[in-house]
Amino acid sequence: MNSIPSRSLLSIEGMTKSDIEEILDLTDTFDEIGRRPIPKVPALRGRTVATLFFENSTRTRLSFETAARRLSADTMSFGAGSSSLSKGESVRDTVEVIEAYGADVLVVRHPDAGTAQRIDNWTEALVINAGDGCHEHPTQALLDAYTLRKHKGSLNGLRIAIVGDIRHSRVARSDVLAFTMLGAEVVLVAPPTLLPPSLEGWPVTTSYDLDEVLPTLDVCYLLRMQNERINEGLIPSVREYVADYGLNTKRAATLPKDALICHPGPTNRGIEIEAAVASDSRSVILDQVSNGVSIRMAVLFLLLGSGRNLVEVNDLEGEK
Amino acid sequence: MVEKERVQTPPKGGVFVAHARVLDAEDIKRAIQRMAHEIVERNHGLDNVVLIGLQTGGVMVAEMLTEALSKISGTSPPQGTLDVALHRDDIGMRPVMPEAVTDISVDLDGATIVIADDVLFTGRTIRAALDALCDFGRPKEIQLAVMVDRGHRELPIRPDYVGKNLPTRISEIVDVSPEGVDLGTVKK
Repeated sequence: MNSIPSRSLLSIEGMTKSDIEEILDLTDTFDEIGRRPIPKVPALRGRTVATLFFENSTRTRLSFETAARRLSADTMSFGAGSSSLSKGESVRDTVEVIEAYGADVLVVRHPDAGTAQRIDNWTEALVINAGDGCHEHPTQALLDAYTLRKHKGSLNGLRIAIVGDIRHSRVARSDVLAFTMLGAEVVLVAPPTLLPPSLEGWPVTTSYDLDEVLPTLDVCYLLRMQNERINEGLIPSVREYVADYGLNTKRAATLPKDALICHPGPTNRGIEIEAAVASDSRSVILDQVSNGVSIRMAVLFLLLGSGRNLVEVNDLEGEK
Repeated sequence: MVEKERVQTPPKGGVFVAHARVLDAEDIKRAIQRMAHEIVERNHGLDNVVLIGLQTGGVMVAEMLTEALSKISGTSPPQGTLDVALHRDDIGMRPVMPEAVTDISVDLDGATIVIADDVLFTGRTIRAALDALCDFGRPKEIQLAVMVDRGHRELPIRPDYVGKNLPTRISEIVDVSPEGVDLGTVKK
């Protein structure tokens, strides 16, 4: 319990295997709370969690807010659309205002890579990166790892394909780092234009052929195909992408029976995944959503409530 | 984590030294036997009785009580475990441990709950447990069984079933294991 100090969570990069395992182990405790008749514990009473989303989101934001409330923390939420940002207020001003209202943790999503890191430099509050541009989305990787571990027992030795727009995906970056750190073998499957310009230093293999890879997999992880990629000329047409990389019923039949199908959401049914496949018995997409709350409870608790620093200053003598 | 382990874990990192064995393994068995009889007597049987062992030291006590109760009455009452770490008033001062599982699969509405713990001291753990249990339903009654009551209460909480009343100094440590109950101190 000593390796993660109370500090911001900005990326999977820089975390150790034992940091990740500690969070995953602790998540079981919070998962159990979610199944109680009254799914709430007083652990973070009086703490305030602020969500600052400069980019739209459904599940990340809702799951952070749900997680905070289940721990009895107060929540404050900032959305770019409804704020003074449109009047020209800067990100830094926004952060200072929210900090002045007493936020202990800022959960930040921003379309530019590195924003969470910058905000962390400005503020005394702790920062959780909830997605920064094409950089990282660490809590998504943690909940993915947790979901896979829950279904498979361990990630060690699993063969996982991440399929789709790897180049622009912060989920893929965080997932590759977390999955490989936990001992999985990762293969990236995408057309050449949607792979990152350089994969140097990434412990992964690549393939352009989904059909060849599918029968060998333990996990097929599909990414969302953004429509703007077509306008950028990275794929010729949606139809061609669907023909080559969409997981349809026919392709899903070649995936081993005990394999898992994941997607970070929101899914484009009929594009990267056929509707029937999304509700296949091997699909764990909704588990990912519900595990997201448990993982974020564990992260918030580790940052705010575990108080490792407190242990040293408070005398435990005479306590039982 | 039982107190002995906790005081030996960094950053405290002392060593528990036992000075006196207060109860041996046989004494513990006899005490459990008596407490089990008291539970049956007080509740006129075991209808709707649920045993909840507090993580981690109380789980063993709950298991021993369940075993004794099933010998007495022929049926064993439902049993659960509860980790109160997230309900404590000193949260942040003790670790939340993944291995301390909360597992309550029985419906607690209308149940007579017997909380089992190893040592009753300030009463703060029990306060947290009462708080936590009420999130699982509305029990008819909650009773408390402890192996050792060592005094020094800081809250208006009293046990219903006691293995041994043991006057202690506040600096002493009571360790309960299947082998016996030891009274000791922590050496740095």
